[in-house]
Amino acid sequence: MRLLESLLFDYTLRTIALGSLVLGAVSGVLGSFAVLRRQSLLGDTVSHAALPGIVLAFMLGGSKAPLALMLGAATAGWVGTLLLLAVVRHSRLKEDSALALLLSVFFGLGLMLLTFLQRRPDSSQAGLDRFLFGQAAGLLASDVIALAAVGALVLVLVLALWKSFKLVTFDPGFAASIGMRVRALELAITWLMVLAIVLGLQTVGVVLMSSMLIAPAVAARQWTDRLGRMVGLAALFGALAGVGGALLSSAVEKLPAGPTIVLGASAIALFSVLLAPHRGLLWRRLRARRLEVES
Amino acid sequence: MMSDAISHAILPGIVVAFLLTQDLSSPLLVLAAGATGVLTVSLVELLGRTGLVARDAAIGLVFPALFSIGVVLIARYAGDVHLDTDAVLLGELAFAPFRRLTLLGVDLGPRSLYLMGAILFLQIALLLLFYKELKLATFDPAFAAAIGLAPAALHYGLMATVSVTVVGAFDAVGSVLVVALMVAPPAAAHFFVRRLSAFLALSAAFGIATAVVGYALARALDASIAGSMAVSAGAIFSLAFLLAPERGLVAAWLRRRSQRWEFAQETLAIHLLQHRGLPEEQEECRVAHLEQHLGWSAERAAEVVRRAENRGLVRREADLLSLSEAGVALGKERLST
Repeated sequence: MRLLESLLFDYTLRTIALGSLVLGAVSGVLGSFAVLRRQSLLGDTVSHAALPGIVLAFMLGGSKAPLALMLGAATAGWVGTLLLLAVVRHSRLKEDSALALLLSVFFGLGLMLLTFLQRRPDSSQAGLDRFLFGQAAGLLASDVIALAAVGALVLVLVLALWKSFKLVTFDPGFAASIGMRVRALELAITWLMVLAIVLGLQTVGVVLMSSMLIAPAVAARQWTDRLGRMVGLAALFGALAGVGGALLSSAVEKLPAGPTIVLGASAIALFSVLLAPHRGLLWRRLRARRLEVES
Repeated sequence: MMSDAISHAILPGIVVAFLLTQDLSSPLLVLAAGATGVLTVSLVELLGRTGLVARDAAIGLVFPALFSIGVVLIARYAGDVHLDTDAVLLGELAFAPFRRLTLLGVDLGPRSLYLMGAILFLQIALLLLFYKELKLATFDPAFAAAIGLAPAALHYGLMATVSVTVVGAFDAVGSVLVVALMVAPPAAAHFFVRRLSAFLALSAAFGIATAVVGYALARALDASIAGSMAVSAGAIFSLAFLLAPERGLVAAWLRRRSQRWEFAQETLAIHLLQHRGLPEEQEECRVAHLEQHLGWSAERAAEVVRRAENRGLVRREADLLSLSEAGVALGKERLST
């Protein structure tokens, strides 16, 4: 009850919870496409690749305005994705290795730039390193508004392109045969994913962002076979994990918000894999038992 | 990507071992990390085998969860000691020389040197011992299983070795650089060689080069050593990707270009062969006519003729072209195949 009260009246807590809610919902929606398209690990690479973009945006622009930094992060994430596609296409490296390669090299670059900045005398860069682990507690109302604006944009685009996204996700061959621009649509999905990742960096950080995409989507996948429901559920699960994690971390001392949110989302995923009706492991075990008894 | 997952996921193992021993240099940490690495791999396989979760999603699900557990444990129970999350993630190689190994009061040198040296020795020993088995299980797992090698056991053994290596490197260089060092040198080496033994040697050499160049870079910029090494790893890979003979991007582009000219010359030879000695020869075998007949631009036609002349395929009198012996042979050969 006290928690609810402070949620309504405590400015800081309300900001954090709202931010995490938006983040969870948006990443749930886009994560669904990522998981279905077998691109789960792309999120991890993109979120690491965004780091040099953040630092460069700060070096060039000199401000820590969230939109400027997000722009830098999105650009770097996008460049990373294009490089990834180029490496996979023009070499015999497996996608897996290419992902790990780009992830570590871009992240290393970001780290190098960051420490390079830090050791210069005017250390106004303080606070950039919160992108590593995220700092939900540092969210301001203006951050949340930026989050909500970009999040709304993402949702509108997904709804507008819903049919095309659906077709490209499940049957790209057919989509191409009826004259859809499959490559452009695939790039659009990836681009939106980059945006969602960039949104999350401030809250949960580079390392844990990928889980915000994957866990709610994996959980939602267990409950339904319809895309619409899956996306809705994933958004719900993401939002739940976001708000729940934020609240829990504020209620318990020394509990960082980012990892708590991720653990919440992972718990929902685990619960769903075990217990979801029809697909869940327990359900399957019971059905197998019933078949045995009958035969 | 598995190495990235492991390098993050072993964090809770290290933290738990640290909380039990209260000693960052305890060998128990390495063991715990190895065990957690194997646990990570098993969890991923377990989730993947249920068929409910795709393999890549399983990786993406397991390691952030384990890493989060580690971060939470650190924040709650170990926040005030040396073990902080930044150090785990980023490492601080600059401090490595200050952590000395002392035995009976005698300073024997930096501790990381001994730790990594021991791991290197262990790995070389394991590699030599299981070289044949690893080779077979890598290239033909089905056959390896058929002749009674246990690919699964080898796989888990390999992953345990990866975990031990990662944790050994951990407190020196952090988990991100470990991934860069594990992936980039072999990725660069595979552009150059085909034999497994040469591949291993070359990627070790690239790894050493990465470390040396990265350190120099960090010195020059006064920046993070781990970060600079990751950057130099990326640079070495990019150079290999672009410039490797045969398989590099530039080599492939040059090859495609020369093949294009080669094909054009063959087309020219066939065209001239078809009209050789026939009444329309005066008309058909002119440079100007190529533009119309083969759809080539004037410059392209001129360039093809110039190249064919240089190679002695055609002779040219004013505007009229005729095939040489070699040109006739080439045209006939291409027509017959």
